[in-house]
Amino acid sequence: MLVKMVENVAYDELAEVELPGGHIRRGRVLEVNGDTAVVQLFESAAGINLAQSKVRFLGHPLQLGVSEDMLGRVFNGMGRPMDGGPEILPQEYRDINGLPMNPAARDYPNEFIQTGVSTIDGLNTLVRGQKLPIFSGSGLPHANLAAQITRQARVLGDSGMPSRQEGAAIPSGKSGAGAGNFAVVFAAIGITFEEAEFFAREFQRTGAIHRTVLFSNLADDPAVERIATPRMALTAAEYLAFEKDMHVLVIMTDLTNYAEALREVSAAKKEVPGRRGFPGYLYTDLATLYERAGRQRGKPGSITMIPILTMPEDDKTHPIPDLTGYITEGQIILSRVLYRQGINPPVDVLPSLSRLKDKGIGKGKTREDHADTMNQLFAAYSTGKDNRELMSILGEGALTPTDRLYAKFADEFEKRYVNQGYGEDRSIEETLDLGWELLSILPTAELKRIRQEYIQKYLPKKEG
Amino acid sequence: MGKVVKVAGPLVVATGLGQANLSDVVRVGPQRLMGEILSMRGDTASIQVYEETSGLGPGAEVELTGHAMSVELGPGMIGNIYDGIQRPLEEILKQTNSNHLPRGVEVPPIDPETLWEFTPVARAGDRVVEGDVIGTVPETPSVLHKILVPPNLKGTLKSVASAGAYNVRQTVAVLTKEDGTDVELTMGQRWPVRVGRPYKHKYPPTRPLATGQRIVDTFFPVAKGGTAAIPGPFGSGKTVMQHAVAKWSDVDIVVYIGCGERGNEMTDVLREFPQLTDPRTGESLMKRTVLIANTSDMPVAAREASIYTGVTIAEYFRDMGYDVAVIADSTSRWAEALREMSGRLEEMPGEEGYPAYLASRLAQFYERAGAVSCLGSDDRQGSLTAVGAVSPPGGDLSEPVSQGTMRIVKVFWALDAQLAYKRHFPAINWLGSYSLYLDALRPWFDEKLGKQFLQNRERAMSLLQGEASLNEIVQLVGKDALSPADQLTLESARMVREDFLQQNSFVDVDAFSSYDRQAKLLALILDYDRLCRQAIEKGAGAAQLLAIPSREKIGRAKSIPADQYVQAYGEIVQAMEHEIDAVVEKAGEGL
Repeated sequence: MLVKMVENVAYDELAEVELPGGHIRRGRVLEVNGDTAVVQLFESAAGINLAQSKVRFLGHPLQLGVSEDMLGRVFNGMGRPMDGGPEILPQEYRDINGLPMNPAARDYPNEFIQTGVSTIDGLNTLVRGQKLPIFSGSGLPHANLAAQITRQARVLGDSGMPSRQEGAAIPSGKSGAGAGNFAVVFAAIGITFEEAEFFAREFQRTGAIHRTVLFSNLADDPAVERIATPRMALTAAEYLAFEKDMHVLVIMTDLTNYAEALREVSAAKKEVPGRRGFPGYLYTDLATLYERAGRQRGKPGSITMIPILTMPEDDKTHPIPDLTGYITEGQIILSRVLYRQGINPPVDVLPSLSRLKDKGIGKGKTREDHADTMNQLFAAYSTGKDNRELMSILGEGALTPTDRLYAKFADEFEKRYVNQGYGEDRSIEETLDLGWELLSILPTAELKRIRQEYIQKYLPKKEG
Repeated sequence: MGKVVKVAGPLVVATGLGQANLSDVVRVGPQRLMGEILSMRGDTASIQVYEETSGLGPGAEVELTGHAMSVELGPGMIGNIYDGIQRPLEEILKQTNSNHLPRGVEVPPIDPETLWEFTPVARAGDRVVEGDVIGTVPETPSVLHKILVPPNLKGTLKSVASAGAYNVRQTVAVLTKEDGTDVELTMGQRWPVRVGRPYKHKYPPTRPLATGQRIVDTFFPVAKGGTAAIPGPFGSGKTVMQHAVAKWSDVDIVVYIGCGERGNEMTDVLREFPQLTDPRTGESLMKRTVLIANTSDMPVAAREASIYTGVTIAEYFRDMGYDVAVIADSTSRWAEALREMSGRLEEMPGEEGYPAYLASRLAQFYERAGAVSCLGSDDRQGSLTAVGAVSPPGGDLSEPVSQGTMRIVKVFWALDAQLAYKRHFPAINWLGSYSLYLDALRPWFDEKLGKQFLQNRERAMSLLQGEASLNEIVQLVGKDALSPADQLTLESARMVREDFLQQNSFVDVDAFSSYDRQAKLLALILDYDRLCRQAIEKGAGAAQLLAIPSREKIGRAKSIPADQYVQAYGEIVQAMEHEIDAVVEKAGEGL
């Protein structure tokens, strides 16, 4: 939208368009040139009348009023309450774009989060303050996995977190000492009502709803609004984490919709497109979202982020997953093949990765043997998968006995380690012990990546 | 004083700037945001602003500073972390009391208050030319900072300060130029970042840069003064590799540029480097490192500048006669910043929206590397090695940044996602990588490690190549159908891969491997191959040879502590000879 004859308008300022009927639509200044301002509307342009609509510039960028009372509430994609409750009385207003974090002020994330999911805890460990996306595809159960993580996530040995006996990491409301320092911020970006409802129900069922702030932009809401939704959510998360010292888990789904909204706006602005029509600044734009996760020096709170995105055609090289992978600290990839075989959660272990795992595991964090067994499991599963493929081409006879054991290992690994279902919550000891049990299928001499002392200490003794 | 007429993201157009030069630095608006003039038309200038421009509108004032985008050079840079336009981030943190980066902060890059112990080298009355050493400052235990006569100056020293503590703004010498005017020299100087610092002449590099990474040093070495690129899809270990090079390279100074990458990676460096000791000096690694951090959430325009800021600081140390390595992670993000500015300037795009001058800008950056004779009368030699990461979208190397880089650099470490999935790290593909320095480095290798070293390297490469071809056959007919010699080739290649190329940067013993150790380890594996091959000729079976206990010992040879490996490797060779002899004997009995 082009507004003429403006004065004192600044770049990135918030604009309100007043329709003849008194309705107000909001937008943002994209460019000012002399007395002309280009305004991008966050909401639909329908009903705007060129002759009678008025535009007011507010002199500040889009802001979100934040307060602790946001917990337990549901907002629309623009941060207005939509649960029928009263307006929030904000403690302060914050620019939703945030400010870049000083790299020198970051604290390195290294606290192990136990998600209870073996493929994550054992092999792609999540740590507090990490951004670990789930790369999924249409029709894959990423929502179930995200819900499972939210339900089970806990930090070991942290008095601020509820003990194991209490069950969920996000206990209902006020119960449990110090339980009040955990919060979930959930941003629904262009997802369907059903999917949003799944999460809402899930949070209700576990009681987490009282510790959750929900931002909901559904599939039929205006696409441009989606550009603001994740920023709203992150602004709320930053407030809770760094002002109220909470450990915030941010779940954003689905980032693919966000990027597509960005493309829509970029195309409308007639910008030179980059790959697949996405704007050239997609990387930078995504980074300004993802980089808001983390820890800060001198602040006890943290933002751990699990963005979910569906890869178009399961293609990891599509710009959205590709650029995300370059920014986030790893990725959990779901596999359609495993899902079809009934293996749940269908985490494709080999291309999945957690970049921060090395700092979050080992003695004093998980167990001394964690790093070695992790590497060995990866290597063995990879070899096993290759051998299984070879076996299907050449038949079993063509393989050496060791190779056959590897193939057997790969099968067992998928059946027992990966396939744990959405209900099982495994402790890290259980995960590590299961890893050893599976490794005992292989000849001990093959376990080159594990230090001798750990083999003697942890490898289950074979019978006979 | 000019006035802003248009604001579109980091691009600001202002009029009334008839006095300005192209590339001059300006201060925009009430917050005095730093910007650089990109183009001029009449008295209207397009300015790229290095900070977020939100809140800026037409009518805001633009102030000229009259100098080009430059960095401040002098003692006090080592161990510091700067943003893309050389603002000290730690200092900003202290002064602003905020964990975020507020806009318009002005903090001098080098603390003007800190006193440095200056020891004069030149004396009053000395005739000096550009690059001559006036005095020295022990900046850190590992870096002796030389105070040089700035480029384009020569004359007679009128006075030199006596030994003592001075800050970077105080005069340490007065130089009388040939025209009789006096110039006061301080320990600090400025230099425009987009201009390479001068040197006497460049010469082809002849010494390898030891990185302690076996696949790099033995297989694809980069020379001191050379250029290398690490392209790879995400998750293939680019950053771990870059960190390893930054940690273990045998250079005097490392400049690490985090350009549009993750904030936590810079934090990692900041936390980890001070804890690590440089194997050469025994001092903390941070005491030889300068960090430039312009993470992906920081302003895009400053990202474009960060590469130049970094390389200029590196050149400054090179001019003192040091070996310097510049590590840029990642040049793709830098190119994207270039693309974004180009798009805003409404330039005609080249490939994939990148500006048409992308390749020449890349070349300009890498050409600032080199082994040189420094300015000055003492004939110092310095080198600047540039290592750049490339993040090709989707791992597709046909894109413009990868292509532009591959045309320039001489060493190419091709990271491979498939290897990374198998947790083969460093995930450098041995068949896809290359180094064009092997011939230039041959004399050095032959002299220091013996002729055997390069021969072993070739042998190992041919084993790996052989494995790749044999694997195709195995896919069709299975392993058992191969001849014993071919089976041995597969096994030896596997040992080269697993026991030599794989290196765990998270295990202390293995993170760094000296050249001598690399040579001995490779020789050990190839000895096994050679002895087994002889045994097979004598009729020994492949299966028995593969089962000897020494093989597992070779597999664990990399984790033998650094002070024991020479002896341990010797013992393994002896044991291996016995065991293989025994297999041959048994085979003989069987006949």
